[in-house]
Amino acid sequence: MLTVNNTKAWLERFADKIKTNKAYLSELDSVIGDGDHGNNMARGVKAMKEKLAEGDYVEPEEVLKDASMALLSKIGGASGPLYGSAFLGMSKQADQDSADIHAIVKAGLDGITKRGKAEVGEKTMVDVWSPIVEHLEKGTVTIEAVQDSVEATKDLKASKGRASYLGERSLGELDPGAVSSGYLFEAMIEGEIIDE
Amino acid sequence: MKKIINQPDQVVDQMLKGFVYANGERVKRVPNTTVIVQKHKEKNKVALVSGGGSGHEPAHTGFVGKGMLTAAVAGEVFTSPSPDQVLEGIKAADNGAGVLLIIKNYTGDVMNFEMAKELAEAEGIVVEQLIVDDDIAVEDSTHTAGKRGVAGTVIVHKILGAAADLGMSLTDIKALGDRLVKQMKSIGVAMTAATVPEVGKPGFSLADDEMEYGVGIHSEPGYHRTKVKSSASIAEELVSKLKQAFDFQNGETYGLLVNGLGATPLMEQYIFLHDVEKQLANEDVDVAFKKVGALMTSLDMNGVSLTLVKLEQDWLKLWQHPVDVTDW
Repeated sequence: MLTVNNTKAWLERFADKIKTNKAYLSELDSVIGDGDHGNNMARGVKAMKEKLAEGDYVEPEEVLKDASMALLSKIGGASGPLYGSAFLGMSKQADQDSADIHAIVKAGLDGITKRGKAEVGEKTMVDVWSPIVEHLEKGTVTIEAVQDSVEATKDLKASKGRASYLGERSLGELDPGAVSSGYLFEAMIEGEIIDE
Repeated sequence: MKKIINQPDQVVDQMLKGFVYANGERVKRVPNTTVIVQKHKEKNKVALVSGGGSGHEPAHTGFVGKGMLTAAVAGEVFTSPSPDQVLEGIKAADNGAGVLLIIKNYTGDVMNFEMAKELAEAEGIVVEQLIVDDDIAVEDSTHTAGKRGVAGTVIVHKILGAAADLGMSLTDIKALGDRLVKQMKSIGVAMTAATVPEVGKPGFSLADDEMEYGVGIHSEPGYHRTKVKSSASIAEELVSKLKQAFDFQNGETYGLLVNGLGATPLMEQYIFLHDVEKQLANEDVDVAFKKVGALMTSLDMNGVSLTLVKLEQDWLKLWQHPVDVTDW
């Protein structure tokens, strides 16, 4: 289940992964987008980390809400509203039931699809969030499962976002938003938030 | 990368400071935001707010002033501003007659501006939005995010800005904008890609003897890469694409904009305009206004775009309406 401490640790771990891979994310984005995903995400998670360090939290949903607002206002571009909506959705669900990680992540996915209107198979972050929600439901989520779903975006043709202008040329490339979402779930698994 | 900058992550803030220093008589910056707003606003006139990623200067801050935009919101380079910033822009611009958001059709811009619209409406401000998608290089299909918004956005600022200055209502301005966007098409060509300061290298690579038709203003790929052609040959290609898209009819009247993408000298823009003139002379259409200059740039991209707008009867008057902005 989510607690204030493990939620903060999860998001700090996520922030560190983004920071470490900032150049890599931008490199991926320059192939099929406009080359700023790493910089934008790094700016967002830095603001998130600073905000979480200041906060005096009682419930995990408060941590998620502050994360949502920091990401929404600091990432910019399309990723800002998408990550912001995901974390806001997770915060609302955690307020209902902080023990059900599957329901929380599913609420995050719902936030993304409502804002971005992308469906599975369009080479976006949804193509990581959606299989992870299924794995969480079945209790089969692993680091390998996360990496497989990220890797699988290579075989998809983009039809949403800026990568869609590439059409066929987007085949064979990883989706940067899928990769950054992968870090979020790797951090979640490493943080041992998911109950056996 | 050779650029006259300091820290790459400070370029937007430092640019805005320089802009306000130069134009402090006309505009001011809303404290702790990236919003530039008219200093002397007029009550009960509809406010126009635009913006988007930075790197397209003078768009959009250079068009803030009487007769064009009421406020502009600057995002990071090539990155839409966030909803809280756009909300500040809406609040600063509102004169009590409603606000029209002019948004270039990019996924991020549309999402952030729509969220800001929802937030502003929750605060009781009447807001409409207009999405500009003039770039015909990209097919408008369900397989892409749709046509992109490029240089034609500045024509929208001009025509709707005049309408607002003449006291037209928000509903009427929005309706005028919808018609205008439908009758406006752009297409561009790039000789080089833009280099985003925080990235440090060009968004894509073109060989020294290559150019690409249809590149977007953030270095999105175009529709055809070829050996570098003459200005006359480029004009022939771009005009033929526009002719096809408009299906020119005898006696129609158009306005045109030749827009430099950042690194193309004005000399080359005029040479290109002259070639466009020769191409259009073969068609039985009138050109009522011409505008040349780097109005919607892509940082240091070398290239031009050509925009045509099919005019309705009273639009020329709006085009000629006087403005007091920095960069028209």
